[in-house]
Amino acid sequence: MMISLLVAMYSTYFERKFAAWFQDRLGPNRAGPFGLMQPLADGLKLLFKEEFMPNTANRFLFIMGPMLAMFVALLTSAVIPWGSFIVIEGKEYSLQVADVNIGILYIVAVTSVGVYGIMLGGWASNNKYSLLGAIRAASQMISYELAMGLAILAIVMMSGSLSLSDMVAQQKGINWNIWYQPVGFLIFIICALAECNRAPFDLPECETELVGGFHTEYSSMKLGFFLFSEYINMFISSAIISALYFGGFHFPFEDSLGLSQNWLAIVGALVFFIKISFFGFVFMWIRWTLPRFRYDQLMRLGWTWLIPLAIFNILITAVVLMLHN
Amino acid sequence: MEENTIINPWANEKNYSILNLGPTHPATHGIFQNVLTMDGEKIIDAEPTIGYIHRAFEKIAERRPYYQITPLTDRLNYCSAPINNLGWFMTVEKLLGITTPKKVDYMRIIVMELARITDHLICNSVIGVDSGALTGFTYIFQEREAVYEIYEEISGARLTTNMGRIGGFERDFSKTAIEKIKAFLIRFPKKLQEFENLLLRNRIFMDRTIGVGGINAERALNFGFTGPNLRAAGVDYDVRATSPYCSYEDFEFDIPIGTQGDVYDRFCVRNEEMRQSLRLIQYALDNLPEGNFHANVPEFYLPAKEKVYNNMEALIWHFKIVMGEIDMPKAEVYQAVEGANGELGFYLISDGGRTPYRLHFRRPSFIYYQAYPEIIRNGMLSDAILTMSSMNVIAGELDA
Repeated sequence: MMISLLVAMYSTYFERKFAAWFQDRLGPNRAGPFGLMQPLADGLKLLFKEEFMPNTANRFLFIMGPMLAMFVALLTSAVIPWGSFIVIEGKEYSLQVADVNIGILYIVAVTSVGVYGIMLGGWASNNKYSLLGAIRAASQMISYELAMGLAILAIVMMSGSLSLSDMVAQQKGINWNIWYQPVGFLIFIICALAECNRAPFDLPECETELVGGFHTEYSSMKLGFFLFSEYINMFISSAIISALYFGGFHFPFEDSLGLSQNWLAIVGALVFFIKISFFGFVFMWIRWTLPRFRYDQLMRLGWTWLIPLAIFNILITAVVLMLHN
Repeated sequence: MEENTIINPWANEKNYSILNLGPTHPATHGIFQNVLTMDGEKIIDAEPTIGYIHRAFEKIAERRPYYQITPLTDRLNYCSAPINNLGWFMTVEKLLGITTPKKVDYMRIIVMELARITDHLICNSVIGVDSGALTGFTYIFQEREAVYEIYEEISGARLTTNMGRIGGFERDFSKTAIEKIKAFLIRFPKKLQEFENLLLRNRIFMDRTIGVGGINAERALNFGFTGPNLRAAGVDYDVRATSPYCSYEDFEFDIPIGTQGDVYDRFCVRNEEMRQSLRLIQYALDNLPEGNFHANVPEFYLPAKEKVYNNMEALIWHFKIVMGEIDMPKAEVYQAVEGANGELGFYLISDGGRTPYRLHFRRPSFIYYQAYPEIIRNGMLSDAILTMSSMNVIAGELDA
């Protein structure tokens, strides 16, 4: 959890640095060397900002919204297998917080609760822009969750297990799922973007139309929680993409290096982290390149393209699996 | 029994919500208010309110000597202030019957086309921003900066330029200015191409803009559209070609037109116009005639400082010019220039005094904005935002 928090903090920094890079700018460079203290300064600023609440807002739900968003975002990191295991004095310590045997199901379930945070927050603000943002968020996340679930289903069919560690274990070396499930991967990454409310699917915030979308009325750390949960979600999505399609902590030629188990675990965890960073970078890259969808186009993409494609993908996977056996 | 029945007047009607878009909203680029009647995301009706930055320029102009009206025109369409300045001078010159030397005309064309480029740059990059693609905006803003540096070299100011004088310019283009223009001509086409590559064939951008905010040629003409917005609808009306001013007849350029009149067509028309402007600047620069940089109008052109200090006649003229004590002929003139946004007209009635009797600005934004509710009706909220930015309605010009 601490890792996710730290990573989320610094992904704000890197987002700004990358954005600056894409846009021929400098980005944050004042606070500390290379502006590295910027996220801390931002956090501090958010804490000291005036806590504003509209008179007409529903107080309970208004506070509940960002809390729920943050809480749910942090929950997901528990089942991610960060590395294999470390042996200390003959005892094996797994680098996964909780090896739940329904890991992926758990993630899908928990992230779908995340939409409540945004929806309640937007609705409780009693602001029309927030409400529009909340409606957009709810319909977008629900629609894209379906396609995402179907894309995951194909992976589950291949691995025969719902546990993330099992799935990762099957992708040893370079036997990654991306070679078998390229279409599934595409569907998954699009849905992951939509689930995180990242551009080109950032309709719920959509600054130029809805002012601030669902967090128009939020200020201070409550706003910080929303923004933070977005970055954590992005981090977790990158982790899941790496784990499901890119072999998690596995890397090519890991057996021929002759490393001890502990070193292997550490290098594996590092490799996993590099993969996650790469996908985080891809997320930012996409955000700073593409325009945004319109609401109806978004729905059309989700329902008439991604879901049929995902179902088709499942059919193909099933047929291939059947013939293979 | 009948009287006791409660009649619900809304029983058969849908319940619409009212959304106040503006006066301050990130996408309105100025102060506009639109009261939208919404059915979810769909716009049922729109009611724009204008006048938030009305500064009564036309009334102020009635109390000001002619040369002091120039700063007012700066603040109409501040994205292309030099066109407004020079257009105003041309109006006064028409009133006075002054013919300007070719050199002045060519210099003016260079400046006006530069202004057109900056205006179109802002408009097109803002379409990108409003559709969510922020990066193109930052690419292209560096080029606008380059143009502003050229303005700075020519007139000393950047945004509200107050450039030129009645009858010409206050000084000749410096060597640096010419160099900067040349450097810009070399560098800009590549940058423009880069910007265009980001958006023009982008599937999401095309989906967002094609068929959105469209207006057909007939409606556009009825409303009195001019400029890029009319050309996007397929009418090849351009003041520079139909009633040439400022030696535009010496130049060869194409007038790009669209077919649908939608956001995408406006975007394409503006992009192409920037290329044509580059062509015009190149030609004007290559064929810049020798000669004086202002017409021979001693009553509007400040005498040299040495003369003012040593010569009584010059001192008197200096005083008269600065205090605006020059009487004008009695006449009524209309001069239109092709502003970046459309036909920018100055309708001037002079009763012979030191100030205009009446001055009316024909502001294209004011006309576009009247069509705005009709265009966005039955569209989505996102379309309304894009339509607004693609019509390039500028608050300063709208409210004057």
